[in-house]
Amino acid sequence: MPTYMALTYTPDIDWTQPPPEHAGTMKEYAEFAEGAAAVIKGGRALYPTATATTIRVPAGKGGDVITSDGPYAETKEALTGFYLLECADLDEAVAVAAKIPAAWDGAVEIRPVITF
Amino acid sequence: MGPGDAVARLVREERARVLATLIRVTGSVDLAEDAAQDAVVRALETWPRDGVPDNPRAWLLVTAKRRAIDLIRREARRAGKETEAMTFLDPAPEPAEVVRDDLLRLVFTCCHPCLAVEAQVALALRTLGGLSTAEAARGLMVPEATMAKRLTRAKQKIAQAGIPYRVPAAEELPGRLAGVAATVYLIFNEGYAAGTGADLVRVTLTAEAIRLARLLAELMPDEATVLGLLALLLLHDSRRVARVDNVGRPVLLADQDRTRWDAEAIKEGVELVGAALRRSAERPDAYVVQAAVAACHALAPSYASTSWDAVISWYDVLLTIADTPVVRLNRAAAVAERDGPAAALALVDAISDLAAYPWWHGTRAELLHRLGRAEESRAAYDRALALGMNEPQLEHLRRRAAELPG
Repeated sequence: MPTYMALTYTPDIDWTQPPPEHAGTMKEYAEFAEGAAAVIKGGRALYPTATATTIRVPAGKGGDVITSDGPYAETKEALTGFYLLECADLDEAVAVAAKIPAAWDGAVEIRPVITF
Repeated sequence: MGPGDAVARLVREERARVLATLIRVTGSVDLAEDAAQDAVVRALETWPRDGVPDNPRAWLLVTAKRRAIDLIRREARRAGKETEAMTFLDPAPEPAEVVRDDLLRLVFTCCHPCLAVEAQVALALRTLGGLSTAEAARGLMVPEATMAKRLTRAKQKIAQAGIPYRVPAAEELPGRLAGVAATVYLIFNEGYAAGTGADLVRVTLTAEAIRLARLLAELMPDEATVLGLLALLLLHDSRRVARVDNVGRPVLLADQDRTRWDAEAIKEGVELVGAALRRSAERPDAYVVQAAVAACHALAPSYASTSWDAVISWYDVLLTIADTPVVRLNRAAAVAERDGPAAALALVDAISDLAAYPWWHGTRAELLHRLGRAEESRAAYDRALALGMNEPQLEHLRRRAAELPG
């Protein structure tokens, strides 16, 4: 059965201290996790993009490591978490992703995971 | 038409069905296409010489299945794997309902909402319609390499993202069907907007869209959307030769020679509108209602005798389904004919968000022209011309603008 990665793009929230307007959001995620427990094979929330570090080794393998403070892409909505979903097909994955609160708080991108 | 042409047409008609079944049994669009293509080539070689077999579909399917097995075995040897059991080599022909369901699966897979619209169009033309990649590219006026890339990407997404090969459940069907209809309608419009004389290649797109709509109507004879779509395409297409004059300039509906309209297409279209209306009495459908508007025009002996009351009423129904600025504009154009340009201009001016739409300015220009407000009319023609449309349409606006006094 294919596995899909669901990437949640939402306002850049600190999930450890959600602002008052997002007080209900945590509860919504808990409800989602419970409802979709059968297909969720993993997932995590991420600290805000202020904690992100982007790493490049422009000189090639073994070269100097260049780090920059911040996410790979500065966007209005940020990558704030992910789930691994095991679904029968894309239709089921879309149906599950549509229940992730990020779908109405931003967007959810689903990508099939490669099995080598 | 020689016997070779009859064979080519028959093979083309059957190709999508054979392909549809092969995709189900092999689970791979690419493999199925290769195998179906091989069977098609063999048929085109042997049938004109040896005669068409009694059951051409079964012949094609068996030939294609054998080819698919060869391809799988070759691939397995290359990868050093054991060959899987070839359970799908059943030489018995598939029952008609199975073929019908396979074709439906193919329709809904090609027009899956998780594929970009341009990918849906490419797949519908190539996989469902059977145009070659080169023909589809010419019709859509993109380089052949671009079309090939679109098809490859679309097929990759189907395979890798796991787009199911399945007919949607009843509760999803109306939404999914609307998506399928939109894709076919887009293909038609690509061809239709190009006109006739100017670009004959693109006319193949209108013919292809009608063929696809016929296929949908055959597969889903009780779906109002599908009947409405076919009716709409037939009724539009019935006016094709009368839409341009002998030098390729557009001829407005009002000025068209109605004796040149295709009476047979009109008859079929109007009957379909009736059938579709009976099936959508509870829930009006946008395609059916647009086809009803087209039928009002098709049935009027002259422009002057058009039943504008009926046209406007249908637009009112359409607004209840989809209240869009463009529908309001079209309704206003009908009001102009019934109640005069002043009443229509008030409606056109009340539509707010069409300032970037050339036809909004073009319609305003025409109404102001009729009201004798030459300066304002000229300004509106200029705005429409600046926004651009295709050359024959621009030519028409320039001609009308030149007729203004002063």
